[in-house]
Amino acid sequence: MINIYEVHETNQMIEQENLDVRTITMGISLLSCAAEDMDSLCENIYNKITSKAARLVSCGEEIEKDYGVPIVNKRISVTPISLVAASCAKSTEDYVRIAKVLDQAAKDVGVNFIGGFSALVSKGMTEAEELMINSIPKALSSTERVCASVNVGSTKTGINMDAVRLCGEIIVETAKLTKDGEFPHCAKLVVFCNAPDDNPFMAGAFHGVSEPDAVINVGVSGPGVVKTALESCRGSSFEVLCETVKKTAFKITRVGQLVAREAARRLEVPFGIIDLSLAPTPAVGDSVADILEAMGLESTGAPGTTAALALLNDQVKKGGIMASSYVGGLSGAFIPVSEDQGMIDAVQRGSLSLEKLEAMTCVCSVGLDMIAIPGDTPASTISGIIADEAAIGMINQKTTAVRLIPAMGKKVGDVVEFGGLFGYAPVMPVNRFSCEGFISRKGRIPAPIHSFKN
Amino acid sequence: MNRVIITVVGKDTIGIIAGICNYLAEHDINILDISQTILQGIFNMMMIVDMEKADISFDTLSEGLDRVGLEKAVTIKCQREEIFTSMHRI
Repeated sequence: MINIYEVHETNQMIEQENLDVRTITMGISLLSCAAEDMDSLCENIYNKITSKAARLVSCGEEIEKDYGVPIVNKRISVTPISLVAASCAKSTEDYVRIAKVLDQAAKDVGVNFIGGFSALVSKGMTEAEELMINSIPKALSSTERVCASVNVGSTKTGINMDAVRLCGEIIVETAKLTKDGEFPHCAKLVVFCNAPDDNPFMAGAFHGVSEPDAVINVGVSGPGVVKTALESCRGSSFEVLCETVKKTAFKITRVGQLVAREAARRLEVPFGIIDLSLAPTPAVGDSVADILEAMGLESTGAPGTTAALALLNDQVKKGGIMASSYVGGLSGAFIPVSEDQGMIDAVQRGSLSLEKLEAMTCVCSVGLDMIAIPGDTPASTISGIIADEAAIGMINQKTTAVRLIPAMGKKVGDVVEFGGLFGYAPVMPVNRFSCEGFISRKGRIPAPIHSFKN
Repeated sequence: MNRVIITVVGKDTIGIIAGICNYLAEHDINILDISQTILQGIFNMMMIVDMEKADISFDTLSEGLDRVGLEKAVTIKCQREEIFTSMHRI
């Protein structure tokens, strides 16, 4: 039988170390909603989402109560809209209208974000996909809960540089539509390489075409728990360090597995995957940077940071894999700057640069995430950053992503306030040399060779 | 089996266990195990109870024990057992 020490350990993780289930995300296929005219399409989309997800939020709350573990977000991901709407959306305005329908459906079922305003264009763009991408600035600025993503490359297809160039421009345009003090619309837009079909985390979540009609995916969290565990092994060997991370990841993931199974059972929807993640929040003590520093770095960004992050990421996966029956999504440590107080501190101390963050993305789960850059950064430079990240993903067969926030009217050293609970981000310097000549070339970068790994 | 773990954390005073046990008995909830200890200087008690024959729901139990906790100035928490077994048993 369970003993008092085990009960105490679990509850201490929840109460003092910010252990939570970060998100229950219901994936809903909208392929059955395709129609010949916009009115029917919008009606079908609204009805399908609101009927499938009617009980999502209340069910999440019941589970929270039963087990005493917070489930921070309940969210929805849908089939990429560029596929669903291709038959009838003929203008960017049509896509904005669909975004508004998604927003309304999300509001009515009570979820805080809905992902899937997406286009998968790793090899080429259809007319519908190009229209959808062009509608992103307006769609995001006229809705509250819709998240957009674009997959611009993959290991199998190479990188679609036309889409990369377009995304740079779209990010700038989206940033211009953010009013001062408002939550930045760019935070709801991710550009991917090798985007996974079953990612439960926003803003990049969408419900891939290989998925069933509806599915429950769960993202776990708990950087605070790992950090506390590591504090007990200061000065010990790497073996002890790795074992500690692994055991802690196992325990955290088991909670996610339980919640996912329960949610799937109660909602009568198949269980998809657990995303084995360390997802930080701006709350003190809920930071991935703090874990790296607990391993012995003076400040995140110092030499050794990439190795420490690689170790952390790998051990989280090793511990989590055994704890869950199905693993997927982005799985690994997230390093969003503005959502991690330790990262913000490191940037402000001057120890963490954009270039070091880029190196870190080679060994962890996502990419350059939630980074504020000067508002006068040219679109071509943003495209260059996207191309660099996509290249890392393409060559290393991993998911990479870019979520940059150009801060209009701000310069390096300024701080962007996101309003409310979303925290803030220091504006980071970007290399000022131009890549215009490279980015303005048309076409795509071919798929890489899969042998001669050097 | 429909097992629930009840934990009590706070300052040790007379009648905490009695208050909880009376409430449980009134609602046909069987106590399977009780243990208590001082952890980090604070009184901690844990009960494993079986709600198989209970005449109230989990939510009502949780609210009822909240009231007992208020009277005795301790924090009482109810959680279904699975969260602990999943985390600590393979």
